[in-house]
Amino acid sequence: MSYLNLSHLEKVFGQNRVVKDFTLGIDKGEFISLLGPSGCGKTTVLRMVAGFEAPTSGAITIDGQDVTGLKPNNRAIGMMFQAYALFPNLTVAENVAFGLKVKGVARDERAARVEEMLALIGLPEMGARFPFQLSGGQQQRVALARALAPRPRVLLLDEPLSALDAKVRVSLRNEIRAIQKDLGITTIFVTHDQEEAMSISDRIVVMNAGIADQVGAPFEIYNRPTTRFVANFVGTLNTFDVSVEDPGLGRVSLAGQPLTVPGLPDGARKGDVLPIALRPEALRLGQLPGAEAVLPAVIEDVHFMGSVIRLTARAAGAQLSMDTFNRADQPPPVPGQTVEISLSGRDAIVLRG
Amino acid sequence: MSRLVAWAIFLLGCLYFLLPLLGMGEFSLRMRRGEYSLDAYRVVFADPRFWETFGYSLGLAAATIVMGVVLVVPTAYWVRLKLPQARPFVEFVTLLPLVIPAIVVVFGYIRLYNTSSFLPLTGSALGTDILLTMGYTTLALPYMYRSVDTGLRTIDVTTLTEAAQSLGAGWFTILARIILPNVMVAVLSGAFLTLAIVMGEFTMAALLNRPAFGPYMQLLGANRAYEPPALAVIAFAITWGCMGLMQLVTRFSKHERAKA
Repeated sequence: MSYLNLSHLEKVFGQNRVVKDFTLGIDKGEFISLLGPSGCGKTTVLRMVAGFEAPTSGAITIDGQDVTGLKPNNRAIGMMFQAYALFPNLTVAENVAFGLKVKGVARDERAARVEEMLALIGLPEMGARFPFQLSGGQQQRVALARALAPRPRVLLLDEPLSALDAKVRVSLRNEIRAIQKDLGITTIFVTHDQEEAMSISDRIVVMNAGIADQVGAPFEIYNRPTTRFVANFVGTLNTFDVSVEDPGLGRVSLAGQPLTVPGLPDGARKGDVLPIALRPEALRLGQLPGAEAVLPAVIEDVHFMGSVIRLTARAAGAQLSMDTFNRADQPPPVPGQTVEISLSGRDAIVLRG
Repeated sequence: MSRLVAWAIFLLGCLYFLLPLLGMGEFSLRMRRGEYSLDAYRVVFADPRFWETFGYSLGLAAATIVMGVVLVVPTAYWVRLKLPQARPFVEFVTLLPLVIPAIVVVFGYIRLYNTSSFLPLTGSALGTDILLTMGYTTLALPYMYRSVDTGLRTIDVTTLTEAAQSLGAGWFTILARIILPNVMVAVLSGAFLTLAIVMGEFTMAALLNRPAFGPYMQLLGANRAYEPPALAVIAFAITWGCMGLMQLVTRFSKHERAKA
């Protein structure tokens, strides 16, 4: 039995079924990300766990206790919001102490806990400041300390990094993960940023139109997407149409070149045309020894991103993206240049659904 | 050139507002023939009825402000949080006191709460005071509601509420410790307008026969020449004093300074 159980959750707003038969078990201390595009229902699931939305049907249990009908203030859940939501009239220390005061924790114990929390987030000297005197990153750290101070059973993070600039975002997400691991608190993180989700989660739930399309570890989600939506949403994909040559052996043909791909769907027959996908890093520039196929391609665009260079090219009738490492002694190709691209069938993802 | 025009318009506006005040102030100092004096003010301050009526109205203004805050802050908060679709209706209701004359309201009160009614509030001084406070609260409703609603617009009511709820706070704690302190300047502005309305209100107090400042000013104005402008100057001084107090509160409240 998992620590936090969401079983057959449904949420209907008017005629709109926003969450459909959502079931998920989360272990104690696990960091789960709900990932999906806007309107997929991920925030609604989080709000149902927090108690801000009542499920139309289904149940939520925490540590064996059914909390489905409990008010948000009785659930012992900590939450971080995208807009920080610090109380503007209270100082940093008062913000952190708020939940403890509501719980009736004694003054001395409260002060000690506030001090401990401010040290944990690396802002021990900021207790007397008001939220408006802090940067966005600092405010979000205080929001984390405030959420953790009353020792909640579950921590909910509603896109807490979206309002921050790129650099702060990366450092804060690593801090959140480190603190979460340190305290061993069960956490649900809502985001539409796949990189964010993949970098800090134990497991990711990819949501699409109110359902959990795939649940798995980041490596699994990225490398073995089970639906076309997950494959498209997580990472960048190059899709090609291939024709089946030998379904038993997984042999297909791409632009006349033979490939052996893993996991052709049951019922695939010789001559069927199927879509396969390859990640940008599965395509290599030049003729690589051991590659199953080498395709001629014309470079269309070059994006220099520092350590990595992303090339856009056209090959076998499809536009594709590929990544190559930057090397100072090897300048990247230029737009219009004809190059060769190597690929292998074992890296291909056969798309379903 | 446009700067000159702007200054000219500004000065014209100042003259438009200040000249009558200056005239009134100057007239209030002319009680003694041939020289300026504060005789009119002395007479006003020496009149025990001034202090009685002023104190009475001030007390009722305080009661009206408390009543207004208790009624309006939770209502405006709830409408913003849970019933945004009801906002036009609530706004319409709060505007009604502007279109229904006070005399209609007070006659309604007298009809409903007279000594032979189910709730004979007019049968005692305290009952009538309660009735008058209710009437003043109604009269001040458009100003109080708008002030508070504007204050609520400057904060993210929903997120702050949810943040407080997730920390275990109930509705009373959220209202008293989070919402009210964050709209305090707006509440003060509504309170100040309420004070101004109550201090000058005539119709309700006169028809309910209560010793308020409004009927006293009217009585004085009908019988004396120099004291009424002196009273008006005093009333202006009180008003400006209140505005100054509001500014002070804003200035000393750190988080409010952040909004400015």
